[in-house]
Amino acid sequence: MITPSIALEILVTVFALVVAPLAGGLLFGIDRKLTARLQNRIGPPIVQPFYDFIKLWNKDQIFANRSQLIYVYVHLGAAMASLVLLVWQQDMLVILFTLALGGISLVLGGFSVRSPYSQIGSQRELLQMLAYEPMLVLAAVGFYLVTGSFLVAAVFARGTPLLFELPVIALSFVLVLGIKLRKSPFDIAAAGHAHQELVRGLLTEYSGRYLALIEMAHWYELLLVLGIISLFWANPLVVGFGLSLLLYFLVILIDNAVARLTWTSMLKITWSWGAGLSVLNLAAIYVLSYLGWIGG
Amino acid sequence: MNIITTARVKSPWILHFDTGSCNGCDIEILACLTPLYDVERFGMINVGNPKHADVLLVTGPANRRNARVLRNLYEQMPAPKVVIVIGTCGCSGGVFHNCYNMLGGIDKVIPVDVYVPGCAAKPEAIIDGVVLALQRLAERSESKPALAEALA
Repeated sequence: MITPSIALEILVTVFALVVAPLAGGLLFGIDRKLTARLQNRIGPPIVQPFYDFIKLWNKDQIFANRSQLIYVYVHLGAAMASLVLLVWQQDMLVILFTLALGGISLVLGGFSVRSPYSQIGSQRELLQMLAYEPMLVLAAVGFYLVTGSFLVAAVFARGTPLLFELPVIALSFVLVLGIKLRKSPFDIAAAGHAHQELVRGLLTEYSGRYLALIEMAHWYELLLVLGIISLFWANPLVVGFGLSLLLYFLVILIDNAVARLTWTSMLKITWSWGAGLSVLNLAAIYVLSYLGWIGG
Repeated sequence: MNIITTARVKSPWILHFDTGSCNGCDIEILACLTPLYDVERFGMINVGNPKHADVLLVTGPANRRNARVLRNLYEQMPAPKVVIVIGTCGCSGGVFHNCYNMLGGIDKVIPVDVYVPGCAAKPEAIIDGVVLALQRLAERSESKPALAEALA
């Protein structure tokens, strides 16, 4: 029996699954155009990611082993599932763990081949996850402290924006977004564009259709992280989207302004300035609510 | 052109291999990526990974030392693919012609689609060569499906 509310739910889900990759692809196209303009170049058209996708999809299929392909599908599936969970306003922790499952799957795919570039890239991807996961989990804890629930729905139920209580945690998403998007200074696992220290690192052994699917998963992930950032100003959500696009622009600026770091520097920066300050933010909420200055 | 051909022409990812060129042509290839020529506006990216590449740019002559590597790189590229030779050395052996360790032009080892002569080839000539190669890619993409091409 399909009631109107379930029908609406299905409609929203399909909308999210179809629109998210399109929007994500366009955002990556805008990123490339913006990067080119920042470097005083003309740059590719903003639909370039879709040309790349279609081309890759129709290339000859070469793969090292079949398990590699399963990992790609799990990677894409997990990215889609976590976005759907966000749209359904489910538990923040489940969303993050689903995202982590997708990330781990890609790493396992990288480990399943014998190319040294792929192996080192996978190791580094694990380090990257080690760098951003604490910040994501601390953000979820922050949501819990302020709203009293891990549910995304609770964020929407709350009138005032979370940004006022969690300003530092919101800012730490610049680091998360930078790592997730493989941007300098954190592009150590698989750098995009012309700089090729490890060939393509994690992605070296993926080609054709499977590389296209990973690219698509990347689009979903971008939308997911931007969606989580939007939660910091959930009412009205438009402001939240604006906030997430602002951080996205900041990440692109940083990408063009800095060189690549080593993984030790990445861990130092993300754990001190990212996770460390996030913990301070959480401590401040405890103290302020104890003093009665904010409603805890 | 159908959508697949359009995408192929608009998104040529480039692999650059130097079989022992004097670096003159290599510098000119890198010059194409700079803001002055900016080949990324045509969707070209220098990928450095044969498994991601569509276009193989070769500089330098074919010699006994590098022939195996060259063939290996070519075979690792998924079809459809095109090969462009940059510079006189790659076209015919150039000044190294008839040396004891030389095989001659690159076409002695792998099939070549476009020859860009010059010592060194100018960036404008290289971009012209890539455009020509993309036309060949489009013709090939239109004439027979990718699968048949892969088997060919």
